[in-house]
Amino acid sequence: MESVNVNQFTEGPVRVHVIQSKTYKTNTLVLHMRAPLTKEDHTKRALLPLVLQSGSKDFPTRQKIRQTLDGLYGASLTGDVNKKGENHLVSFKLEVANERYLKDDTPLLEEAFKMMTSVVANPLLDGDGFKESILKSEKRNLKQRIESVYDDKIRYANMRLNEEMCQDEAYGLFVYGDAEELDGISRESLYEYYQKVVQEDDLDLFVVGDVDVDQVKTLVKNHLTLPARSNDSKRVQEKKQEQKKMVEENEVVEEQELKQGKLHLGYRTNITYQDDDYFALQLFNGLFGGFSHSKLFINVREKASLAYYAASRVESHKGLLMVMSGIETSNYEKALTIIREQMEAMKNGDFEEEQLEQTKAVLKNQLLETMDAPRGLVELMYHNELGSKKRELDDWIPNIEKVTKEDVVRVAEKIELDTIYFLKGTEGDSNE
Amino acid sequence: MNKQSFDQLNETLYYEQLENGLDVYILPKAGFNKTFATFTTKYGSIDNNFIPLGEKEALKVPDGIAHFLEHKLFEDEEGDVFQLFSKQGASANAFTSFTRTAYLFSSTSKVEKNLKTLIDFVQKPYFTEESVEKEKGIIGQEIKMYDDNPDWRGYFGLISNLYEYHPVKLDIAGTIESINEVTKDLLYTCYETFYHPNNMLLFIVGNVKPEEIMTLVKENQANKDFPQPEKIERFFEAEPPEVFKASEELKMNVKTGKCLVGFKDRSPDRQGEELLRHELSINVLLEMMFGQSSKNYEALYEEGLIDDTFSFDYSGELGFGFSVIGGDTSKPDELSDRIKSMVEEFVKGDLDQGTVESIRKKKIGFFLKSLNSPEYIANQFTRYQFNEMNLFDVIPVLESLTIDDLTDAMGEHFKTDTQFTKCLVKPKGDR
Repeated sequence: MESVNVNQFTEGPVRVHVIQSKTYKTNTLVLHMRAPLTKEDHTKRALLPLVLQSGSKDFPTRQKIRQTLDGLYGASLTGDVNKKGENHLVSFKLEVANERYLKDDTPLLEEAFKMMTSVVANPLLDGDGFKESILKSEKRNLKQRIESVYDDKIRYANMRLNEEMCQDEAYGLFVYGDAEELDGISRESLYEYYQKVVQEDDLDLFVVGDVDVDQVKTLVKNHLTLPARSNDSKRVQEKKQEQKKMVEENEVVEEQELKQGKLHLGYRTNITYQDDDYFALQLFNGLFGGFSHSKLFINVREKASLAYYAASRVESHKGLLMVMSGIETSNYEKALTIIREQMEAMKNGDFEEEQLEQTKAVLKNQLLETMDAPRGLVELMYHNELGSKKRELDDWIPNIEKVTKEDVVRVAEKIELDTIYFLKGTEGDSNE
Repeated sequence: MNKQSFDQLNETLYYEQLENGLDVYILPKAGFNKTFATFTTKYGSIDNNFIPLGEKEALKVPDGIAHFLEHKLFEDEEGDVFQLFSKQGASANAFTSFTRTAYLFSSTSKVEKNLKTLIDFVQKPYFTEESVEKEKGIIGQEIKMYDDNPDWRGYFGLISNLYEYHPVKLDIAGTIESINEVTKDLLYTCYETFYHPNNMLLFIVGNVKPEEIMTLVKENQANKDFPQPEKIERFFEAEPPEVFKASEELKMNVKTGKCLVGFKDRSPDRQGEELLRHELSINVLLEMMFGQSSKNYEALYEEGLIDDTFSFDYSGELGFGFSVIGGDTSKPDELSDRIKSMVEEFVKGDLDQGTVESIRKKKIGFFLKSLNSPEYIANQFTRYQFNEMNLFDVIPVLESLTIDDLTDAMGEHFKTDTQFTKCLVKPKGDR
């Protein structure tokens, strides 16, 4: 692959990562602001990026922000929240065309940089808080976003599984917060929370594209002006993820008027990005349910014709494995039995060397493809900021190569089924 | 091999039509790990009435059969083609749209081997009665998954209001009943008719050497025999220019309502640059009326009628063309009325030159961003080519759009008396 040149430096409270590459016709900025996920703050935190991107001192309305972005050749700016293990990230992403491909010499990167930093560091205020009208609109927006999860049954089942499985852990909190807490948030209390965020969060800025490192340094210095930290304040220490000690199988069944039932299973892997077994876990997942050659796809879909999709995915920082499948409600027992059998087969080492090699090939391919996209590169590199474990981009593939069948079986033995969640459909079967 | 350079974009496209009629396009991309290839037939869910290859009489086939065929092609005598691709480190997939069926892979190694696998499996059908029956269970679950999806239901609800006869209104996967009528023999009939190389296009984009790839494809095709191509006769019932139904309401198991409104093209017979100009004009107009920087968006947002799911889109091919506007809302009726009156207001006024310029820039930037994506390039290029347009003309045509072009498109497309319809999704239990 084309080698990527990474430069890292610290400017004020921000750790800056510049990834130079001539592959793209755009430049991409990603700012991650990280704090622990907590019951107390999670709704405020979800609301914050929505309020910030609705107006800043320099661009006081949504419309003004959007018009300015349009004028910068349709630069896109999004502010959103995400969960990474028990971290709650506020992230701003901006992508802007590289002017060298245009008949125009506006310094697009600089203008885009000013826009994003203005939204983050220079919010629009009214006295001692945000503007009431913006707060009101964005509360409504967030409330609708939370409620609409119910309408997308795959997402809803995922959310419910998380809730049930991690009831006593921070990870069980919903990323967009709790609609019932919205009323209690005032424009003053949210601004107070904002000040805490800019003073205490871990801040990482990624810049990807055909850019000049010195120019980025100057831009950060001149525009991303955030409160200085006292000298002894360190980055938030890696927080040990809460883990349930004894795992007992839990079964939750819920009913709705649906044509298709959603069967979702949550397992504890007891392995995270911090562990040496992380890559063996990736191979486990590839063999078990990550791809179209995996056991779940072959046995639930191809052999038994029970589902259109049956797949698994790994959560890297909390240490979870989630299985999801859409089935006829009457096939619940049948599908569950097949999924359990596949897990047993993995624990018994019931797979060939050839399949392990096949999975390595697919994983390597997936990784290289991820590195082709600016946001994919950022995603991979950001894993290193979440704990003490550091892995260079060049280390990923050799680590995948090294995994043996014994490693995968050892990983399989650590995996425990925690919760079976079934969203039962009451309209199925009628038209078979 | 023909070569076309697009200097401003720093791209070069290689092209050749092979003796059997197959169109092959190669776009080298230095710096990418990945190579992406699509092998596409001009055959989609709307092609349900046609004269089979070598016959004289028209045949009406079950709804959803193009999609069914897409599923079944992945199986060959040795088993499942997904397995073969993953052994070669590639990920493969396919999709069926209204007018196309595309088979694709991406890989960062063994590109030549994967490319051969792609061409060979698509050109070697293998259907048995047993495997066809088995697939009905899988596709049945795919259909039910979409049946529970309010966005999908709303979208097809809207198209069913727009069109009285045109098969674009039918769900791409068909229904549980219609797929039950699919047989092995019907699949072969559709396959023979629509998967002739003369009706197909191969697009390869990535870190490749064009000469080597072209040689590989040529040798592969030279070893296979195909019958003489015939012009494919497709039949569509005459569709009235106006919308079929003015409104429809769906009650679903949701918490948030949805409002979708649509406008129907009166004469969807454009192809080539004429279609490109029309499509880009409609897109610019939609952006001016309802883009996030418009005063309408701001007003609807402040009134609490829309949230960030609000969007719009135009789809146009030979035989159909429509735009869709809408999103989640707690007040679907009110939102549809407001959109309608906003369009009426906009059409009455003059187009603001400054806004046009700003939107033009936005569209150009968006196009550049899209060129980061090999998937976008391959899929869109194929769609454009099947409609006699060229993807790389997008920037020049955007740059040359005049106020007159926009005014013409606006006058024809955004007519609220005869071309407008709405489809509202409401929570069960609401009035």
